[in-house]
Amino acid sequence: MNAESKKVLVNAESKKVLIEPLVDNNPITLQVLGICSALAVTSQMSTALIMSLALTTVTAFSSAGIAAIRNHVPSSVRIIAQMVIIASLVIVVDQILKAFAYEVSKQLSVFVGLIITNCIVMGRAEAYAMKNPPWESFLDGIGNGLGYSLILISVAFVRELFGSGKLLGIDPIDVLPLMKDGGWYVPNGLLLLPPSAFFLIGLLIWGVRTWKPKQVEQADFAIMPAHGEAH
Amino acid sequence: MEAYINLFIKSVFIENMALAFFLGMCTFIAVSKKIETAVGLGIAVVIVQTLTVPANNLIYTYLLKEGALAWAGMPDVDLSFIALMACIGVIAAMVQILEMVLDKFFPALYNALGIFLPLITVNCAILAGSLFMIERDYNFAESVVYGVGSGFGWALAITAMAGVREKLKYSDVPPGLRGLGITFITAGLMALGFMAFSGIQL
Repeated sequence: MNAESKKVLVNAESKKVLIEPLVDNNPITLQVLGICSALAVTSQMSTALIMSLALTTVTAFSSAGIAAIRNHVPSSVRIIAQMVIIASLVIVVDQILKAFAYEVSKQLSVFVGLIITNCIVMGRAEAYAMKNPPWESFLDGIGNGLGYSLILISVAFVRELFGSGKLLGIDPIDVLPLMKDGGWYVPNGLLLLPPSAFFLIGLLIWGVRTWKPKQVEQADFAIMPAHGEAH
Repeated sequence: MEAYINLFIKSVFIENMALAFFLGMCTFIAVSKKIETAVGLGIAVVIVQTLTVPANNLIYTYLLKEGALAWAGMPDVDLSFIALMACIGVIAAMVQILEMVLDKFFPALYNALGIFLPLITVNCAILAGSLFMIERDYNFAESVVYGVGSGFGWALAITAMAGVREKLKYSDVPPGLRGLGITFITAGLMALGFMAFSGIQL
């Protein structure tokens, strides 16, 4: 690879493609993509990390693959072509996980398979990879995968830390000494249950939108200002 | 019989696809702004789920499972790794067939469902139904009950959610929480409600 093509690979455009999905155009908090798995695998850091890794890999390679064949596929069968590429990649990831991280793959159960219907993968394929060359699509896949991972890992961090006082379940690191082991922290069991994931993502969205007011949605109905304060 | 009723109740309330497993969340959040569209989508999900889970069950038991090809003289073949591809293929094909059948014989229902029918292919609740069926080793009768139950549970959740959101439009929500944020919090509260069913055994 010569110096010039290297310069093209990391130009401003590709940097933008890579960085933007982290906060400014995050797949979960703004594009409303890929929420299912974001909520379901976040009760532990280890599953969240593996899931992030799996999804980032699949998104990056499927985007690159789809971008590579985008000019050869008639638009009437493009969904099926995309599905075949995505499903093959997911099967590969699933088999690798079963071979090298069996415990985690048991915990993730069907959610690895569900990457096929994860809207981030399909959404980026439709919205970006069908219109852009493979390298940019690859970066876009990585960027969106990282944006997803960022949310997943921060939610999992809060849930596991305060829900069980530990981090990284399989090889536990005790962070907060638990009451039952003679410490001072009483674990909040609610954080390990499904509803807490909804609350945490809701609050996260609130935080992000307070920081970046551009993302705030318009209200359907404005509240009328109060009249006649005097009476 | 009792076991089937138990399974149905479990799949509708205790293991609700949307609120306990977070499946089909993207559509759950995106299409729950109006009750009418939510009901239409709910019906479509019930129909597709009822058809695909048993169909995938048959395919898995007689073609893919380890030793399933014994009838064809190949008892050592294990094709279960290809189940993912088979399931999504069956779902896509089933949705396509359903679309054509509805268009021909029930045009009113077809028009009511409109765009939601093709979208169901990428609804993770549908794929998850088939994958859970494989993972839990349901037999054919159980898979029929599970298909109906999980589809119905999802429809129930999205209809309730749409009802809440229609009312929510008139409330004064803090700017950062408007739209997506408050929807998540609402879904969280609904999930808390559904948790009240956990532990029920018939």
